[in-house]
Amino acid sequence: MTILTLAKALNEGMRKAMEDDPKVLVMGEDVGKLGGVFRVTDGLQKDFGEQRVIDTPLAESGIIGTAIGLALRGYRPVCEIQFDGFVFPAADQIITQLAKMPLRSLGKLKLPVVVRIPCGGGIGAVEHHSESPEAYFTHTAGLRVVACSNPSDAYEMIQQAIRCDDPVVFFEPKRRYWEKAEVDIPTSSAGSAAWLPFDQGKVVRPGTDVTMLAYGPMVKTCLEAAKAAEDDGRSLEVVDLRSLNPLDVELVVESVRKTGRCVVVHEAAVFNGFGAELAARITEECFYNLEAPVLRVGGPSTPYPPSRLEDHYLPDLDRVLHAVDRVFAF
Amino acid sequence: MTADASHGEAPPEFVQLLTPEGERVQHPDYDIDLTPEEIRGLYRDLVLVRRVDLEAVALQRQGELGIWASLLGQEAAQIGSGRALTEADMAFPTYREHGVAWCRGVDPVNLLGLFRGVNHGGWDPAEHNFHLYTIVIGSQTLHAVGYAMGIQRDGADAATIVYFGDGATSQGDVNESFIWASVFNAPVVFFCQNNQWAISEPLEKQSRIPLYRRASGFGFPGVRVDGNDVFACLAVTRKALADARSGQGPMLIEAFTYRMGAHTTSDDPTRYRVAAELEAWKLKDPIERVRSYMFKNQIADQEFFDAIDAEADDLGRDVRKRCLALPDPEPLAIFDHVYAEPHRLMDEERAQFGAYLEGFEG
Repeated sequence: MTILTLAKALNEGMRKAMEDDPKVLVMGEDVGKLGGVFRVTDGLQKDFGEQRVIDTPLAESGIIGTAIGLALRGYRPVCEIQFDGFVFPAADQIITQLAKMPLRSLGKLKLPVVVRIPCGGGIGAVEHHSESPEAYFTHTAGLRVVACSNPSDAYEMIQQAIRCDDPVVFFEPKRRYWEKAEVDIPTSSAGSAAWLPFDQGKVVRPGTDVTMLAYGPMVKTCLEAAKAAEDDGRSLEVVDLRSLNPLDVELVVESVRKTGRCVVVHEAAVFNGFGAELAARITEECFYNLEAPVLRVGGPSTPYPPSRLEDHYLPDLDRVLHAVDRVFAF
Repeated sequence: MTADASHGEAPPEFVQLLTPEGERVQHPDYDIDLTPEEIRGLYRDLVLVRRVDLEAVALQRQGELGIWASLLGQEAAQIGSGRALTEADMAFPTYREHGVAWCRGVDPVNLLGLFRGVNHGGWDPAEHNFHLYTIVIGSQTLHAVGYAMGIQRDGADAATIVYFGDGATSQGDVNESFIWASVFNAPVVFFCQNNQWAISEPLEKQSRIPLYRRASGFGFPGVRVDGNDVFACLAVTRKALADARSGQGPMLIEAFTYRMGAHTTSDDPTRYRVAAELEAWKLKDPIERVRSYMFKNQIADQEFFDAIDAEADDLGRDVRKRCLALPDPEPLAIFDHVYAEPHRLMDEERAQFGAYLEGFEG
């Protein structure tokens, strides 16, 4: 066991992937000498060279478009989009090309491209630096969309994403980059074979009364809520979804059938957010087990506010517990 | 009108090796030495792709294709550049590169699948080193540059060529691809077929300078070639590819040509351009000038031309027959190839839809 920050765990994961497979490339703005604005790629260019860790021109569509071309030539590019709000210039390449080209080719082409996106708020940033654009991408067939919430998953999931033959949009909870936890770095490849597949979710805290569904930055918030609710005699089960597309429906259903109550928590706006899909699926699959409607906690349906207001925008412990109260009040 | 708005600068230069009248002319930077057999081969290519195109337009008119994007008038640009490629070179087309597809050995019937609606692309790009048709304007330019960066990393003796039109030069992706190619010195040839019209919009809606001159601002050479001159297109593209392979970086070729037909079969060019323009360009036809040159220089006789015409008609009939025989895909094929690896949502929805369909049987 090694203690790593989430950012360093991603760094170690990418380093391992690059050691394992010479076709793995890292590309993006400032990922080389600087090591990325969050230092997630720190030291990789020094160790793997400029041919494999590519400081690109400042154009997101160009990053994804050329990554597609590199993948067509047999490479496995890992692209960094510097901030969530800057993925939109690349949206066309991601949605019309990256997601759809394998189908267009009737399966003859594979595009193992990872698009890393630091996401979410809570760091006091200016506009476009705190967004949660996951639902745009979960709605796009052909993409896999995952979100890590802790250093251990970050280390494992980034390697699994790189190994996957499908394009993966990989969300990283930027405000958790500096949080530390133990990471089990296997000494042999047999170790990684035992990892939980990255398209499966995980119960990170078992409970009996309410299922809390979260991913990325909100997993920690839900764990804190579960601890606080314990004092009120309520047992919250926290599920870290990890994969949003595909969704681990089986795990979600199993948990909600057991608890009969569910609260979904994400930073993104509630209206048409990923929680809407979860609520609909749970209603279909768990209708007779539900003691209360599925409630969603998320941002208001507004643009992300100036940072002095972000504490009001982001779901926090109190808002999560408020929703828990409401599912018990039914 | 299709005149360049040169704004007082020097008039555009233009590489031409064969005049519209079929006269061979010399150019100081580009020349080509072709055997009679090679010339006969180019003529055959030009005639056959025009015939396939004609058949496809007819198939659309008869309701067998949903739409077709005709290459009429652009045969020389496509055959000349397409025949410049080596086997190891990789081509990235738009949706109009039927002539380049022909040069890469793609069965013309496989081009029809997406226009008939049985698939989105029916050939193996790796088998032909000819990528799938890209419909979003200009997206493929970045793919070509990325692929070229891969060639660099492989140390391979190859280059990429990417096709796009005059309208595409306004796209951000095309401009980003120029920047990437320049900064990384990527072995890529940008082949712009300036056919004067982006659906209804003439060139002056896209550019105030001749397109080939844009290259200099990005830091690599650009050249304009007579896009209706197959010899010039072959010579210029061959040189550009050779330079790219030898590490001299990208080049922009503007093939100055004309879209003699509609943008697609859904378009009506009479709403935006005058008939006299088409008549003027007919005098510069890419096939007639080769035929004239061959006659004058006794490279082929009437028997040869008749044989090619007969071959073209046979090809047209064969393409028609096999187009009509293209099977509609099975309904559950909707779920195939969305992902390369198992994906439980696809599995779930495939099973549900399959069960729904089975409900109608029996």
